Amino acid sequence: MDQMPRWADVVLVPLISLLLAAFVSALVLLAIGQSPVEAFNVMVDGALGSAYGWGYTLYYATSFMFTGLAVTVAFHAGLFNIGGEGQAQLGGLGVALVCLALPWPHWTLALVAASFGAALFGAAWAAIPAYLQARRGSHIVITTIMFNYIASALIVYMLVDVLRPAGQMDPATARFPAGTKLPTLNEIPGFNLFFQKTVPANVTLIIALLACWVIWLLLWRTRLGYQIRAFGKSEPAARYAGINPFRITMITMLISGGLAGLMSINNVMGEAERLLQNSAEGAGFIGIAVALMGRNHPLGVLLAAVLFGFLYQGGAELGLWTSIPIELRVVVQGLVILFTGALDHMVRMMLRWVFSFTTAKVA
Amino acid sequence: MDFATLLQILDSTLRLATPLLLACLAGLFSERAGIFDIGLEGKMLMAAMASGAVAALTGSVWLGLLAGIGASLVLAAIHGIASITFRGNQLISGVALNFLSSGITVLVAQRMFGQGGRTPPLSGAARFNPIELPFAETLRAVPVIGPVYADVISGHSVLVYLALALVPLSWWVLYRTRFGLRLRAVGENPASVDTAGVSVAGLRFAAVAITGVLCGLAGAYMATALQAGFGREMTAGRGYIALAALIFAKWRPWSALWATLLFGFFQALALRPDVVEAVVRVKVPVPALDALPYVLTVLVLAGFVGKAIPPRAGGEPYVKER
Repeated sequence: MDQMPRWADVVLVPLISLLLAAFVSALVLLAIGQSPVEAFNVMVDGALGSAYGWGYTLYYATSFMFTGLAVTVAFHAGLFNIGGEGQAQLGGLGVALVCLALPWPHWTLALVAASFGAALFGAAWAAIPAYLQARRGSHIVITTIMFNYIASALIVYMLVDVLRPAGQMDPATARFPAGTKLPTLNEIPGFNLFFQKTVPANVTLIIALLACWVIWLLLWRTRLGYQIRAFGKSEPAARYAGINPFRITMITMLISGGLAGLMSINNVMGEAERLLQNSAEGAGFIGIAVALMGRNHPLGVLLAAVLFGFLYQGGAELGLWTSIPIELRVVVQGLVILFTGALDHMVRMMLRWVFSFTTAKVA
Repeated sequence: MDFATLLQILDSTLRLATPLLLACLAGLFSERAGIFDIGLEGKMLMAAMASGAVAALTGSVWLGLLAGIGASLVLAAIHGIASITFRGNQLISGVALNFLSSGITVLVAQRMFGQGGRTPPLSGAARFNPIELPFAETLRAVPVIGPVYADVISGHSVLVYLALALVPLSWWVLYRTRFGLRLRAVGENPASVDTAGVSVAGLRFAAVAITGVLCGLAGAYMATALQAGFGREMTAGRGYIALAALIFAKWRPWSALWATLLFGFFQALALRPDVVEAVVRVKVPVPALDALPYVLTVLVLAGFVGKAIPPRAGGEPYVKER
């Protein structure tokens, strides 16, 4: 079989997949009678053209890093966690309960406690499908999807009947106390040189970057990470090597759910400052596209998260300034998953064919 | 709960089970041929939008039905190309197509009708209307059987009866025809089919196409019979529930009928909070009822399935030479 240089595999394959997705998206825009060029300009302008735009792009990117890492970790164990959305919503519940429990004196303390709450609730929501997969053989893809629906019903119940303050009409918790307010990037020395006005991106971005590094360490520099990857590559081989499938499935899904839950630090605590319905706003699902686009590597996830941050903020701008519905974002997301995830072999075949000429010349 | 309420619930059970049954049979053909399809949901949604839109424009529900099947077949073809021709990950392909349809249905409906991603309400010949079965009114006087016949079995749209008829038909195709034997073989051991000189890819594409047609029927039923018009995300996870029913049914047509009727019953209960409260004698919050079909799906998958053995070659692309 023809071989491709490693750089082509790492850089060209995702890049070409992305271009194909962009090309088809442009066709979709043409089909609904819109100009792709104009749309692209609006997106670039709104998402990257100003410090304000970057503030939103990085805010979305922060959420997507967490959910992308969540899908990545599970993928390495051969598990497809589609439940990031529900786990993130439950993480939001964890954040809300922690933030409303005490009059927090300083945001650092609140941040540590709320992170714990978010990860705990997210992990707990992933634990049930994980257990059912490991012990009862229920397909984790279907159970995690079901848990997304159950999560949103649970959150509606909690917001309407339990956490809503007396006299408030909209289903949401009370505002979090002032001591839980996370500094936004324009309040952090260094960042405030670029971000002069208030932006939603906040200190969680730094935690997300740290999380990328920690997950890289976990996967490639620890015994547990090795076991996770070995289990994902071949379950019989891992079993033969003494790796306990039940243990690895549980631990991987707990980490995955915890990461998805941690995303709520960014949106619930850092931005909304109270828990609303549908707080994750699809970020859990974006994690799938981010993980595939980032080729299941934390560095790739980081870059892909910024790319999807651009897409999200740009898409919102499209909704504001043009008549293109905001659902275009979901179309692009689907196309990226299709080309980077499912049609990956097609792109490789194309590239191999191209490279067969160059290698022939060298030989 | 009195007899009349029970009849009402059974009536909505049958109505709500129909899209699940069609989608479940759709998944059955695909998965029996070794192609996992998470994308039933997306195909149904796309078919619902296409049929709702065309029925609204032409005023003919039959043209709407054709459009729905066509739209679903397009997605089925993409899934086939990704997972058969290019040997991609079938789960990921399905998920991608679900997102794609979730967005594109709104984009197209908004472009065509400008009503916030819905299609206009349908009425008259643009909808599948209830059919009165023969003697429904004359037999009503017969105790028990009469009301059941008149209120539960009679008075549904033609697609409901078609879905029911597809159960024995699917059984016959799968277990009594050469095509069915080969289709099942290609899901268990594609190499043996290949050795016999039958095209693995051809059979799998045929199976995926059948899935497309059946999902088209399911989606068209959603938009033109169960409801009057397409609304965004109107399938609400039914494609996934159908997959759960398929596992529960252990990939068999008759069991698929019982499984989807059970899930349809759960959905019918979720629509009747008053009845549920009267039976359990506790005030049940509405979100709990909304979550009921999904919770019961998980419970069924977790506890009552027993040993469900999927087709052996399911999810694995076939490579001729290793």
